[in-house]
Amino acid sequence: MNALIIDDSRAMRRVLRRIVEPLGFAVTEAGDGREGLSQLRAMEAVDLILVDWNMPVMNGIEFVHAVRADTKRRDLKLVMVTTETEPMKMARALMAGVDEFVMKPFTSDILVDKLRLIGAGTF
Amino acid sequence: MDVQDFNFVREMVRSRSAIVLEDEKNYLVESRLQPLARREGFVGIAELVTKLRSNGFSPLHGKVVEAMTTNETSFYRDVQPFEALRKVILPELIAKRTGTKQLCIWCAASSTGQEPYSLAMLLREHFTGLATWDVKILATDLSTQVLEKARAGCFNQIEISRGLPPPLLLKYFDRQGPTWQIKESIRQMIDFRPLNLIDSWPAMTTMDIVLIRNVLIYFDVQTRKTILGKIRKLMRPDGVLFLGSAESTVNLDDAFGRVEVERTSVYRLR
Ligand SMILES: C[S@@+](CC[C@H](N)C(=O)[O-])C[C@H]1O[C@@H](n2cnc3c(N)ncnc32)[C@H](O)[C@@H]1O
Repeated sequence: MNALIIDDSRAMRRVLRRIVEPLGFAVTEAGDGREGLSQLRAMEAVDLILVDWNMPVMNGIEFVHAVRADTKRRDLKLVMVTTETEPMKMARALMAGVDEFVMKPFTSDILVDKLRLIGAGTF
Repeated sequence: MDVQDFNFVREMVRSRSAIVLEDEKNYLVESRLQPLARREGFVGIAELVTKLRSNGFSPLHGKVVEAMTTNETSFYRDVQPFEALRKVILPELIAKRTGTKQLCIWCAASSTGQEPYSLAMLLREHFTGLATWDVKILATDLSTQVLEKARAGCFNQIEISRGLPPPLLLKYFDRQGPTWQIKESIRQMIDFRPLNLIDSWPAMTTMDIVLIRNVLIYFDVQTRKTILGKIRKLMRPDGVLFLGSAESTVNLDDAFGRVEVERTSVYRLR
């Protein structure tokens, strides 16, 4: 199982990596949406993407639109890890193709439960 | 805490709620009573227990009992029971009740409300035809504190992060600063009332569905039997009972038969 973690904060990427690696995901990291897209192109199979909302260069929502436009990657699960709780914005993200939200601050249990709930990989 | 104090509290909690506290729960009792003692103006647990010993049942006794309840819950807890309701149980029951257009559901031990609210949202979301029906959801708990919170329908970020799919969050809640408020149209579907499962129960309507999940585990075998027996008498012959994932009627009440639905167990009267 492969996961891509996109966040401009290296500390946050590390936090997320430490949660999903023990579940059996091989992790690739990127610091913004644009880098995320090029990483994604280089990856053969991706089961899960954890993406921040506010990032430089290309933000999370632009990234989600770009990923969901690619019909070959329909099965991958997209989770937004964000401080954003504005309902209108969250609704926009859902329509763009986000499967779940994890609102910061969060616990590892919350993230793991959500991954299980949306069926991201099998663990 | 002192063994005699522990035994006194344990006996009081057992007689008032049926909750059984094993010997090794001393630390648990202590950690739950310490903050309560301080809040109530006592120096420590010993002084609190002395006060409890000095008179008959008082509101303070009630607070101690409430402090010993475990209120752990989440929206759509365990997922499968709600899938069973949505895909099988509710469609079947609704088909049978088109004559009376009445449906009664009881959530016993509803804690802070996530369970009855999950049900109410499920009905609203998937059974729009029920709009013209008389649908009752009764939600009860021993603890007035959790009932109050349930009735308020206001949940923090951690609570809404557990089990609630984001589309439902956005559809049925209004954000209020850091918390989320359930919409009034959902809230008013539920009747929240205090009910101690080991007291005598008030007159209740006959139930089509009863959820009594993750509460029998705290009771001894005899109490479980008594409660299941009372529930059985309250249920329609074709009604359905839901228990927690670690609970069962087996060896407790043979009038119930276990049925596998959507990879979960439900119980029907034989
Ligand atoms: C772990 S919660 C279960 C909540 C929910 N049913 C679920 O499964 O998520 C257990 C609840 O049982 C309640 N409870 C404990 N003893 C009780 C009693 N004797 N009568 C009624 N409720 C009781 C507690 O107050 C607590 O809210």
